Amino acid sequence: MCLAIPMRIVEIDGFLAVAEVDGVRREARLDLLPEAAVGDYILVHAGLAIATVDPEAAEETLTVLRQLSYDEVQ
Amino acid sequence: MMKYSEEYRDQELVHKLSRRLREFSPGPATLMEVCGTHTMAVARFGLKSLLPPGVKLVSGPGCPVCVTSQEDIDAFLALGGMPGTLLATFGDMMRVPGSLTSLEKERAQGTEVRVVYSPLDAVALARENPDREVIFFGVGFETTMPATAVAAKAAAAENLANFSIFSVHKTMPAALRALLGSGEVKVAGLLLPGHVTTITGPAAYNFIPQEFHLPCAVTGFEPVDILLGVSSLLKQITAGEALVDNVYTRAVQTPANPRAQALLAEVFVPEDAVWRGLGVIPDSGAGLREEYAPFDAKRRFADRLAETPPAKPTACRCGEVLRGTLAPRDCSQFDRTCTPSQPLGPCMVSHEGACAAVYKYERR
Repeated sequence: MCLAIPMRIVEIDGFLAVAEVDGVRREARLDLLPEAAVGDYILVHAGLAIATVDPEAAEETLTVLRQLSYDEVQ
Repeated sequence: MMKYSEEYRDQELVHKLSRRLREFSPGPATLMEVCGTHTMAVARFGLKSLLPPGVKLVSGPGCPVCVTSQEDIDAFLALGGMPGTLLATFGDMMRVPGSLTSLEKERAQGTEVRVVYSPLDAVALARENPDREVIFFGVGFETTMPATAVAAKAAAAENLANFSIFSVHKTMPAALRALLGSGEVKVAGLLLPGHVTTITGPAAYNFIPQEFHLPCAVTGFEPVDILLGVSSLLKQITAGEALVDNVYTRAVQTPANPRAQALLAEVFVPEDAVWRGLGVIPDSGAGLREEYAPFDAKRRFADRLAETPPAKPTACRCGEVLRGTLAPRDCSQFDRTCTPSQPLGPCMVSHEGACAAVYKYERR
């Protein structure tokens, strides 16, 4: 029930965004994230954007993991 | 490609992480995945087989459908018996058995029940059906509460007289405090619910390492996320440390979003709540504030609710499953008298329930 899917904002009209994942579009309210912009990825749950995905943190996690795996092979 | 999801399912990373877990495994350790969405992800991706020998995962009380008490389900069903009522609910609640019936069965008998994706859809139903009394079943933890709060504010702004919320929303830190305080649960660390924590912030759980000396990891929902969470817990156990480690940094910011905190405080007020399996936990429920009384089904229909008969005892042992003291497979009803098509209780109904997850993915 706490599923929240990362979706990309494609349109914003006031507090209402249209967000997309895999070709599926849904409306998402931006009450909690009024600073969100078109192109941002948001986590959408029950019609509300609950968090913005931080692209730097996302990449850092993967980079650290890939690096760690590489060191293991050395 | 589903960005920010599929990269975290990368087979190579998953297997390398799994191998690495074995290198610093402290030996046998039972960890609790608190959240039902974790339970389902663990089962779906077969992650238990990737853990070091002796490291086990048990499910916790983090399936909102599952912890909703029989009394609350009976009470909401009773509201459907009033003439002119339209019940609105998330789909997960449809098949959960009350003492005598379920929303699905009542709908077949003629009660108007609509499944909604968002609480705001329930507000729209009230707008479109002015001759109906629309009552929304507010179920869920902090992840879901902001959406209900936005719906309450929208209804108030429009003065929608025919919309109300039957709130059985619950808050996670209070439940974990009660669960750990009972002393019944023997776990060495907790995977904390990533999406609840986008709202509460990681600091809401600092009491767990401080008071119970247990390691915690705020964890996301893809296979790499979950193994990172396990990795953090095993490292902490090995080092003799206990803290709240956030390994879901792409979604969970520290501190928490102040707007979410303000929104919840504006609409909800803490109240005692009955949890299936855990009993009454002080201040773990979220009632509507006095200012929202016109939209509070518990106030508006108090007379009707007072007539709801006490819940009937059931053979279902979900309570023990939710406390992590009974594995679904060890329940004598599991896969015999209790299956997803004939469920005895919510843990077999909700697709995030521990019993449903084991039935679907781990049944031998």
